[in-house]
Amino acid sequence: MTTTPLTEGRAGTRVVRREALHFAVRNGKLVTGLGLVLVLLLTGLLGPLVLGVAAPNEYVAAPMLPPSAEHWFGTTTFGQDVFTQFVYGLRTTFAAGALGGGIAAVIAMVVGFTAGYRGGLVDEALNMLTNVVLVIPTLAVLLIINAYLGIRSVAVQALFIGLTSWPWAARAIRAQTFSLRGRDFVDLARLSGLSTPRIIAREIAPNMSSYLFMTFILLFGGSVLIASSLDFIGLGPTEGVSLGLMLQNATQWSALQLGLWWWFVPPGLAITAIVGALYVANVGLDEVFNPKLRIT
Amino acid sequence: MTLTVTDLRVSYRTLGGEVKALDGVSFGVRDGEILGLAGESGCGKTTLGKSLIRLDGRMRHVGGTVELDGRELPIADDRRMNAFRFHEVSLVPQYAMSALNPTRRIGRMVAELLKSRGVRLDRDKLERRLDLVGLPREVLDRYPLELSGGMKQRMVMVVSTLLDPSLLVADEITSALDVSTQKAVARALLGFRDSGFVKSMLFITHDLALTSHIADTIMVMYAGRLTEKAPADVMVKAPRHPYTRMLINSLPEVGVRHAERPLSGIAGSPPSLLDPPPGCRFRDRCPLADEGCAEDPPVTETEPDHFVACWKA
Amino acid sequence: MLRLDNVTKVFRTGTFGGRTVTAVGGVSFDVRPGEVVSLIGESGSGKSTIGRMILGLTPVTSGSITMDGAPVRPGKDYYRAVQGVFQDPFSCYNPVFKADRVFALVKEGYFPRVPAAEWERRVEAAVRDVRLNPGEVLGKYPHQLSGGQLQRMLIARALLLDLKLLVADEITSMLDASTRIDVLNLLAELKTRGLGVLYVTHDLSLGTYLAERTVVLRGGAVVEMGPTDLVFGDPRHPYTRALLAAVPRLNAPWEDPAPVTSCLCHESGSAGGDGRAAAGRMAEAGPGHLVACARLADCPPA
Repeated sequence: MTTTPLTEGRAGTRVVRREALHFAVRNGKLVTGLGLVLVLLLTGLLGPLVLGVAAPNEYVAAPMLPPSAEHWFGTTTFGQDVFTQFVYGLRTTFAAGALGGGIAAVIAMVVGFTAGYRGGLVDEALNMLTNVVLVIPTLAVLLIINAYLGIRSVAVQALFIGLTSWPWAARAIRAQTFSLRGRDFVDLARLSGLSTPRIIAREIAPNMSSYLFMTFILLFGGSVLIASSLDFIGLGPTEGVSLGLMLQNATQWSALQLGLWWWFVPPGLAITAIVGALYVANVGLDEVFNPKLRIT
Repeated sequence: MTLTVTDLRVSYRTLGGEVKALDGVSFGVRDGEILGLAGESGCGKTTLGKSLIRLDGRMRHVGGTVELDGRELPIADDRRMNAFRFHEVSLVPQYAMSALNPTRRIGRMVAELLKSRGVRLDRDKLERRLDLVGLPREVLDRYPLELSGGMKQRMVMVVSTLLDPSLLVADEITSALDVSTQKAVARALLGFRDSGFVKSMLFITHDLALTSHIADTIMVMYAGRLTEKAPADVMVKAPRHPYTRMLINSLPEVGVRHAERPLSGIAGSPPSLLDPPPGCRFRDRCPLADEGCAEDPPVTETEPDHFVACWKA
Repeated sequence: MLRLDNVTKVFRTGTFGGRTVTAVGGVSFDVRPGEVVSLIGESGSGKSTIGRMILGLTPVTSGSITMDGAPVRPGKDYYRAVQGVFQDPFSCYNPVFKADRVFALVKEGYFPRVPAAEWERRVEAAVRDVRLNPGEVLGKYPHQLSGGQLQRMLIARALLLDLKLLVADEITSMLDASTRIDVLNLLAELKTRGLGVLYVTHDLSLGTYLAERTVVLRGGAVVEMGPTDLVFGDPRHPYTRALLAAVPRLNAPWEDPAPVTSCLCHESGSAGGDGRAAAGRMAEAGPGHLVACARLADCPPA
C-alpha cells in the first residue's frame, strides 16, 4: 500500500463515478436527451455571438417573409428576424430554467436535509411548511404575484418560480435522508467526531448524488415550462425575448390565422424539445445510477 | 417418501455470471418426517426451499427433478406450479409481517386468499386450527398491525396449511422472533405434523440447536452441496463430516464460558459459487484435507440413514 | 468506570410529540475496566436504547450516565475513550466508499498531524490485532468483504483510539456460527488489555460465554443482574427462568421453567425489610446478585 487510507477513500468515489460514466455513455436515452439539450443550449449561447450585434426585437427586413437563406426562420408581422429572436429566446429560457431550478434545488436541499436529519419538531415544522407550499396552486399564485408586481426581469421571474416549486423535491430529499440517517455508518461518523453539516455533506449526500442530480434536472424542466407558460399568457418579463414571449406575440398578432407558421412552430418545438429531452435524459440517468435497471 | 429430490441444480443469474447456488443435491423426506435443513448463509438452503415453491426471476432450473407423492413437480414452469402451490406444497416465509396485507382484516384476507385459489373457507376448520396454535379466534377480526410477531407467524402457519398440503416449507420462520415466542412457534409446527395437517416438512434454519428440537432428520449443507444428513440426535451427538463437527463445536451453549473453555470458529470462508473449485468444497478450511479431496466426495450412507459426503468420514 | 444511575428514556411519538413511550425506566448498573458485562433482553427490552444512550447517540431523559465520575458529554473527547460497534456490519460502511474510510475518518478527527506512513503502520497493527491480514482487507469495498471481516475492522477502528469502553450492540447476530465465535473471542481478549466491554445481545448463550456480569432487561427495566454464574446458575426471577428455559440447547430437551414460589422482596415479611438492596425495588439474593420484585404491583415504592 503506497497511498494513505484517506486518498484511498477519494479514489473510491472516483471508481464509483467512473463506473457511472461507463454506463452513462452507453445509455441511449441519456445521450440522446442530453445531446439535444446541449445542441439547443449551444445554439442559445453561441447563436447571438455568431449573428452579431443585432438586437432581437429590431426591425431588420420586410414583414411576414417566409423562411429563406437570408432569414432562416422568416420574419414577423413587423419585420423582426424570427431566428434572431429564437436564439436569444433560448438563452432566456435556459437562464430561467437554470435559475429557477437552481433556487428550488437549493431550498429543497436545505429543507430536505435539515428535516430528514434532524427529525422531531424541526422535521414536523418544516414538513408543515412544505405541505403548505405544496398545496398552494403554484401557477395561480404566480399569476397573481406577476400581475401585481409586474415582473421586469428574468431573474425575478426565476426567483418566484424557484420559491414555489421546491416542495416535492424537498419531500423526496427528506425521505431519502431519513432512511440514510438510520444507517449505522451515520452513527459511526458521529462516533468519529464529525459535525452534523459534515456528516450530511460527506456521508449522506454522496449516497444520493444521483438522486440530487435527477431532482435538479426535473426542477430545471419544470421551471422552463412554468416560465414559458407565464410568458405565453403575457405575464413574463417586459424586457428582452423568450420562447414563451415569442409564442405570446405570435398569438397576439394572429400568426396562426395569417399562416405565419414559422413564427410559432420553432419556439413551441424548442420548449417541447427541452422539457421532453430532459425527461428522457432523466429516465436514462435512472438506469445509469440504479444497477437494477441497467440492461446488460 | 413424500418428497424425493434428485440431483437438483439451480443457479442465479447475476452480472458476474451464473451463481451455482444448488449444485446437485439429492435427498428424500418420508411421510410424517420433519427435515431440518441447516447451514450458514450462502449454503443454498433458502434456494432449495424456494425451488420447491417458486423460482424467482433470477433463478434458473439447471437440472434434476423433484417428486412429490410420486408426481414430478414442474418447478421450472411457474404456471403449472400454480396447481401445486398451497394445495400440495406450501410456504411459511421468514417475514410473516410482510406476507399479510396491512389494510385487510385477517379473516377477510384469508377468505379472499382461498377464493383466489378456488376454495371455500371452512370457518370451523380455521377456528379449530387457531385454537391449536393458541391464537384467540378474535384475531380474525383484527388487522395484522395489531398482532405481535409471533402471533403473525402462527397466523401465517395456519393459513398456509389450511388445505393440508403434503409438504410445508418453513424458511427461517423463527429467526426474527424472541426466544420465548420461538418456542411457541416451534411447538405449533410440531403440532401440525402430529395432527396430520401437513404430511412432511422442510424446516430451514441457521440455528442447529433449534433444529435439533423440531426435526427428525437434519441435513447440513455447505456451498450448494449436501454435507451430511442424519437423524437429529445422531447429527448432534456423533457427526461425521469435519464441517459439521467444527460447526457444532463452535456453538456456545448456556454455561460454556470463554474463560474456562474457549471455543474456536472455522477459519476462512466458503468458495465463490460463481466458479467453484473442483473437489470437496470444504477443502480449503478443512484440517483433514489432503490431495484425495481434490476429487468430489460422493454422498455415501455410512450407517443406515446417515449420509456423509467426505473422503475422511 | 462507566456508571448508569436511574437512567430513563422517554420517546415522544405522534404529531408534535403528543404521546410518550418509556423505552428505559430507571436502569442502574456499572461497567468496570477489564470486564465484559452483557446486557441481555428480548426485543423491546430497551437494551439497544441503553447502548445508544451510553454512546451519546440518543439523549437521556432523566438519570445520569458518568464515565470515571464525570457526566457523559458526547463529543470528540468522549469518543476517544468510548466507542461502539453495531449489529449490521454492512450498514456500518458507507457503500459508496472503500471500507478503509472508517480508519480515515478517525485519522481526520483525532490524528490529523500523524504522518501518513506512521498512520498506515498503526492501521496495519490494529488490523493484525483483530486477527485480520492487512493485505486481504485494506483497499477493498465493503461488499468485497465478509460480515466477520467488517465487524473485526470496526473493532480495529476503535482500537486506534485510546479506548476504555466498547459498546458492542448485537455485533454477532448477523454473522454465521462458524465466524461469530472468533469475534466473541476477540471481545474476550480486549478485557485483558484493561478495556471494559458492554455486550448487548438477545442471545443468552453468547452472553454467558463472554460476560463476568450479566444484566437481564425486560420492558426497559432491570429484572435481574449480577455475576453471570449466579444470574444463570441460580436465576431467581420468573422472567430469567423462563428465558433460560426457552433457549434451545443441542443436547437437552426443552424444559418448562421452575416456578418461582416466593419473592425476595416479600420473603422477610414486610416490603422494605432487610433483604432489600439500595438499588430501587431490587432485593439482594447473593453477593452482587440483585433481583427485581416479582410482585411489583403490590410492592410499595422504596
